[in-house]
Amino acid sequence: MSDNSSTSFVTRLAKRFKAKPSSSRRLGLGPQLLLQLIMFTIAASVMYPLLWVISLSLDPRNILRPTELRLIPPGATLENYRQVFIQPTPNPVSLSELALNSFSLSIGTAIVSVLIGVFAAYAFSRRRFAGRQALMISVLAVLMLPAIATLPALFVLLNRVQISIGEIQFNLRNSLWGVSLAVLSGLLPFAIWNLKGYLDTIPKDLEEAALIDGCTRNQAFFRVTLPLAVPALAVTGFLGFMATWSEFAISWQFLTNPKDFTLAMGLYNMVGQFAGSVSWSRFSAMAILFALPVSVVYLYLQKYIVSGLAIGGVKG
Amino acid sequence: MRKKINPYLYLIPALLVMGVITFYPMGFQLWMSFTNYGIRNLRFDAPPPDWVGLANYVRILTTNLGLGNFSFWRVLGFNLFWAFSNVIIHVTLGIMIAVVLNTAGLWFKRIYRVIYILPIVIPQIIVANVFRNMFDPDWGAINQGLALIGSLFGLSPDLFHIRWIAQLGYPISGIPLTLSYFALLITNIWLGWPFMTIVATGALQSIPHELYGAADIDGASGLQKFWRITLPLIRPAMVPAAVYGLVVTFNLFTLIYFLSGGGPLRETEILLTVAFRLVNEQRLYGLAAAFSVYIFFVLLGLTLLTNYITRATESYEI
Repeated sequence: MSDNSSTSFVTRLAKRFKAKPSSSRRLGLGPQLLLQLIMFTIAASVMYPLLWVISLSLDPRNILRPTELRLIPPGATLENYRQVFIQPTPNPVSLSELALNSFSLSIGTAIVSVLIGVFAAYAFSRRRFAGRQALMISVLAVLMLPAIATLPALFVLLNRVQISIGEIQFNLRNSLWGVSLAVLSGLLPFAIWNLKGYLDTIPKDLEEAALIDGCTRNQAFFRVTLPLAVPALAVTGFLGFMATWSEFAISWQFLTNPKDFTLAMGLYNMVGQFAGSVSWSRFSAMAILFALPVSVVYLYLQKYIVSGLAIGGVKG
Repeated sequence: MRKKINPYLYLIPALLVMGVITFYPMGFQLWMSFTNYGIRNLRFDAPPPDWVGLANYVRILTTNLGLGNFSFWRVLGFNLFWAFSNVIIHVTLGIMIAVVLNTAGLWFKRIYRVIYILPIVIPQIIVANVFRNMFDPDWGAINQGLALIGSLFGLSPDLFHIRWIAQLGYPISGIPLTLSYFALLITNIWLGWPFMTIVATGALQSIPHELYGAADIDGASGLQKFWRITLPLIRPAMVPAAVYGLVVTFNLFTLIYFLSGGGPLRETEILLTVAFRLVNEQRLYGLAAAFSVYIFFVLLGLTLLTNYITRATESYEI
């Protein structure tokens, strides 16, 4: 990396000038106000869509379409949220059913991908073995391919797994289990690669110290490396959770029974071509309920996530 | 010497799972791409599809696939232009905003930082759908906001019923980009610059102040300092971020599918939205499989290209 060349350049310069602790130059009032104007305009452009959605969702008139811009509409109410909770879409499912489907799907695939992935990531990160290079390239190649590009085969193959015992008809494709498998097919390579990136940053010395203290290799992994990797597991798991939480293409292609639908599908039912009668107020309430939980967690974790992407996701 | 653990033991679970649900389907898909696998082959006891050789591959390149107004090369060209045009803007804006945000003595930094993170943490599917409503010609917040600003200049609000998504034709003559491209661009700028700002901010903060002090002594102007110190030193962080952004934007299915739906007249369709249509609407599984093979090679080419760019810029000397 050019990091080295630049840091040596930096140290050379720094040595040469032995600069005094940089007295943070004070910003004059003129430039300050100009920069504030710029920063405020940008902040406003970021907030504009969000405020618009919040304002719509609070509107008591259950308006089909908004006709004016208002932050807090007159007589703001949570009625739209109540409606969305009971039955968000024309389908006879409640929000909690949709949310439960989304949640089971996301948490299940996230946990499985991380649990299986961390072992493979450890092998890739710490051991040198025959076929390592080839395996890593194939994991990367899969990672490169978006989920939609493997949709035809997954759809056809999972659709073949059909069981009918008397009254009970089960088609793996047309179930959340099938969706989980299809999601996992893309999530697992991601988890392996992301975790490998993290494990690479944990110093080997720690494990070697444990070995000297009489641990076996397995113990060194379970007692030293794995506990240190817990934050990485959490972040990787959350990224997988987030991706699955808003996954649309696979579930829309696979599922036909409204009882199995996910939140993303419910949302599409509210805006798609047959949803002309769904009021924007209700759609907005749904959008907020969809986004708020994951966004809050993301906001809390984003410091780790962005640095993690810089380590694991990009450096490939 | 202590007994080494067998790395394959650690790999078995992942390889088993990936073998069944990742590698096998990919091989199967390759086979499918040479057949006319269709809806009639889906049934449990259905006959196997016919082997059609390279017919699917030829069909994709030479016909409109029954989609109407579709051309593979135009979609590929648009997809590449879409990715590059977005990322150039994201990186430029991201760096500029990061530099301002990093100015010593700027008030309210912490508040701005929290607000600027918001586009990253909100699920894209929500952003796409909300912007779809915002770009509505009659009731959308964009046109209403423009009308409000226009009224300050005495412009009639009737002027602002811009049909952002559905308008046919090219607003800038000579450049074949519809208004919906610009709607997508605006939305994706809203989505994309904060990531670049975060990466740039991290890189900026690792630049020692002494460098700027030294430049001051040499009498360098603000712009000179930016070009000679700031930019070269944040470059190692920005290049991988830009590459990452490029691949993500190239595959930005959610935004395009929900915001413009690839319209009007497939002008803003990208490879992935077409691939999804072939499966979801046309139900031509064999054809879709062949299309996915093309996508694989396009992405492979893109990855090799970006690797080449990254390497080429790595050896950059200050």
